[in-house]
Amino acid sequence: MSQEKTIKTTTDIDSLRSEIRDKSVRVIDVRREDDYKHSHIPTAVNLPLANLLSDDSPERVLKLVNAMGIDDETRVVVYDDTFGALASRVAWTLEYIGHSGVSLLETTFSNWKSLGLENDNNIPEIQSKEHSIHLKPEILATSNYLETSKDKPNIILIDNRERLNYLEQHIPGAISLPYRTLATPDKILRPKEDMKRLLDNRGISGNSEIITYCGSVGTLSGLAYYALKSVGLPNVKLYVRSFKEWKSLEKPIAKQQDAHYWDLSAE
Amino acid sequence: MKVSNLKQSHPDTPKPKINWARIEEAEDFANTVKLFRQGKYDEDSFRRYRLQHGAYGTRMTNDYAMVRIKLPAGEVYPHQLEKISQLSEQFSIGNAHFSTRENIQLHWVILEDVSEILRGLAEVGLTSREACGNSVRNVMCSPLSGVCPDEEFDSTPYALATARFFLRNPLSQNLPRKFKFNFTCCEKHGMVRMVDVGLIPQTRDLDGAIQKGFKIFLGGGLGNKSFVGYQLEEFTPEEDLLYTSIAVIRIFDRLGDRKNMARNRMRYLVNDMGWEKFQNLVLKERAIVRATQSVITRLDIDHTPSIIKRPIRISDESGSSIPDGYTRWLKTNTLKQKQAEYSSVFITLEAGDITSNQITSLAAIIREFSSEGHARTGFLQNIALRYVHKDDLPLLYSKLLTVGLAKSGALTMAAPIGCSGTTSCNLALTNSHRLAKEIQRKFLELKLDQDDDLCDSSIKISGCPNACAQHGIATIGFFGGGGRVGKEMYPNYQMSLGGRSDGETILGATCHRIPAKRVIPVILKIIELFKQNKKSDDTLKDWIHRIINGKEDSEIKSILDIRKALDLLTIPPTKEEDPDFYTDYGSDSSYHTKTGKGECAA
Ligand code: HEM
Ligand code: SF4
Repeated sequence: MSQEKTIKTTTDIDSLRSEIRDKSVRVIDVRREDDYKHSHIPTAVNLPLANLLSDDSPERVLKLVNAMGIDDETRVVVYDDTFGALASRVAWTLEYIGHSGVSLLETTFSNWKSLGLENDNNIPEIQSKEHSIHLKPEILATSNYLETSKDKPNIILIDNRERLNYLEQHIPGAISLPYRTLATPDKILRPKEDMKRLLDNRGISGNSEIITYCGSVGTLSGLAYYALKSVGLPNVKLYVRSFKEWKSLEKPIAKQQDAHYWDLSAE
Repeated sequence: MKVSNLKQSHPDTPKPKINWARIEEAEDFANTVKLFRQGKYDEDSFRRYRLQHGAYGTRMTNDYAMVRIKLPAGEVYPHQLEKISQLSEQFSIGNAHFSTRENIQLHWVILEDVSEILRGLAEVGLTSREACGNSVRNVMCSPLSGVCPDEEFDSTPYALATARFFLRNPLSQNLPRKFKFNFTCCEKHGMVRMVDVGLIPQTRDLDGAIQKGFKIFLGGGLGNKSFVGYQLEEFTPEEDLLYTSIAVIRIFDRLGDRKNMARNRMRYLVNDMGWEKFQNLVLKERAIVRATQSVITRLDIDHTPSIIKRPIRISDESGSSIPDGYTRWLKTNTLKQKQAEYSSVFITLEAGDITSNQITSLAAIIREFSSEGHARTGFLQNIALRYVHKDDLPLLYSKLLTVGLAKSGALTMAAPIGCSGTTSCNLALTNSHRLAKEIQRKFLELKLDQDDDLCDSSIKISGCPNACAQHGIATIGFFGGGGRVGKEMYPNYQMSLGGRSDGETILGATCHRIPAKRVIPVILKIIELFKQNKKSDDTLKDWIHRIINGKEDSEIKSILDIRKALDLLTIPPTKEEDPDFYTDYGSDSSYHTKTGKGECAA
């Protein structure tokens, strides 16, 4: 537990570069295979998000993790090119099976490249390793869990989809915090003080139990999960199956009534 | 040619001269919201505070706000647009709205996030302070001021100085009601008779020297009841501009009706008192102001000329082909400036809406094409890019095309105005916003933007009688209401014809009630009647003007004749025959009227 607190949510560019030089980190690139093959951060292995999602049962994830040469002690940094959302979903999955040393690269691959930082297309040789499995159910929320805890007093449910989608339909009781709110133009997450002020204004603070969700597979809300962790909020859960599952189960849905907000969109 | 070829850094892009923001207001707003939520601030004082800081309530909910960002004189710089784009993605709906009064509005903002927007705006020197509430609202200036071939001089510095003088000034913090200034370039391009204070620059010869001054109009305004402003005097010299403004505001502050919300704009005061009496009061008050204030109180007018510098282009575009539609766009969206070789380019948006991505692209386009390095917003929910070199027009067009900002018809009847209506306004009865978009699409589809007979006409649609879309001065104006057949309701509009805001300002004459789903056929029918009866080189505007003044001799002689010709189109079908008739645009359920508490008077 205490180790968890010392792991920062994001890793800055300089730290990652020195960890790569020291060979003390496993870097995971979660972009599509083609993009990875074209160029990636040196020493990175490829785990396309789609590959993970095709079966993200703990047993399968364990196999993937082992094959990437990750054991309980390995430092892991994940990156993507989708403002950190895909990387977050992968990082969360590692955390869920019990890995405690994973963090997100503070920026995207495009930005890394545009800064002129090193990248190559070498595919590293990996020695498989043995990771243990210690599931962390306290970071997972399911639809059942949501339903049974909906009347608990100290619970905050956060919808990370865009505002118009939220207005049109959301899980009853959820508040809206679009994923765009969490980032700055060049970092996947705002600086800590900034994030804290923003969340504080919204009453997202203290010891509440906080659950995030988004449209389909827990990516945007995965990023929000890490945003909340980045300011030290202790009790955060991700509803991984998110609104897609909620709708397919025909659970109750709330809506902002009597206004034609969609017609304000120029799209 | 690749976009990347053209990408350059512009280290010397001009920066705004005035910082309108105060960062501490963001902090204060956040704290005030917290106190309000804790019940330590009563509803009414909180509402007043919120409005003074530029945040309106939203349709059917007070948990969301609309934040109105002021752009004094309509000036907006690329980095400011980039910030607004970012804020709209983070805290609004990923879109922003350009208004008719040179504001940019962000809708459906969570009340608790408003302070974050204020903070972001402060980073780029913008404010929403006194954009709503009983204060001096955004000071407008014609988007053509400085480039208009017909103007006597550029009134922009005066508009900016006026805005600066009144912003946060104790004089204007608690007026009986909102107060609006409009500066213009010439008679044709402004809206000076439909506002509390309207100003046209003019000069006179004083013993061989040219003296600058203004024609000042007072007491006009649109709304549930509209009035045309009166000219104060033949010539108001520039030294008297501020004293006159202070005098008028003091009188309004002292005598304006603070009780009756519906009748407390200055125009009612002028009307009740009679123009001559009001005029005398102003002149007397001005003498007092001049005598007591003249040494200390001055407008801080910055006359340093803007730097005009055509952005350098590295790549050679000669030989790149001009995309289709260029001629049409050139004709309906650009005006030649008084500066040789330069044009002003107007970008029309559907009812003022633009996506965050488009705003970012727009910022880059301004840097790349405007030799003055910033843009101006217009009166028509639109944007003007000025000082575009004539040789750059084709490339600019193709750039605008790739980001969806090259709709033609910006300066024609094909660019209708629609207020927010039921998309966000608490008082709305109809979806005027969407209707404006539908009309624009139809007009462009029929290529009516290219029709010279129609180009000086306008269409404006308000979602209720409050006239936010300024329907009273439209050639064809509409305001929303509900119609009824037995127990069933349908969205309906009151239509007026022949309004105008130029030298011959007059409010439109009421013509007919038109069901929402018949508005487009009715407009087309009016155009057809006009075409059948027009004289050679007649425009629709002139034709309607003659009809209203009883001077038309063709088959259609009066508003009543037009009304009769439209009767058939306005008859409601039964719900079985045409269920769509009973729904409003943007909705698939039966129409019903529903309104909340309005805040226009707050
Ligand atoms: C009795 C209530 C109201 C009156 C009399 C009123 C009057 C006006 C008038 C006359 C204008 C046209 C600009 C001008 O020429 O000054 C205007 C603009 C505007 N008003 Fe109101 N207003 C009222 C309430 C509201 C409310 C409740 C909202 C929604 C929050 C609203 C939103 C707007 C917007 C957005 C514009 C700019 C038009 C646009 O581009 O969309 N108004 N208002
Ligand atoms: S005209 Fe009516 S519906 Fe339109 S914005 Fe104004 S108050 Fe709202």
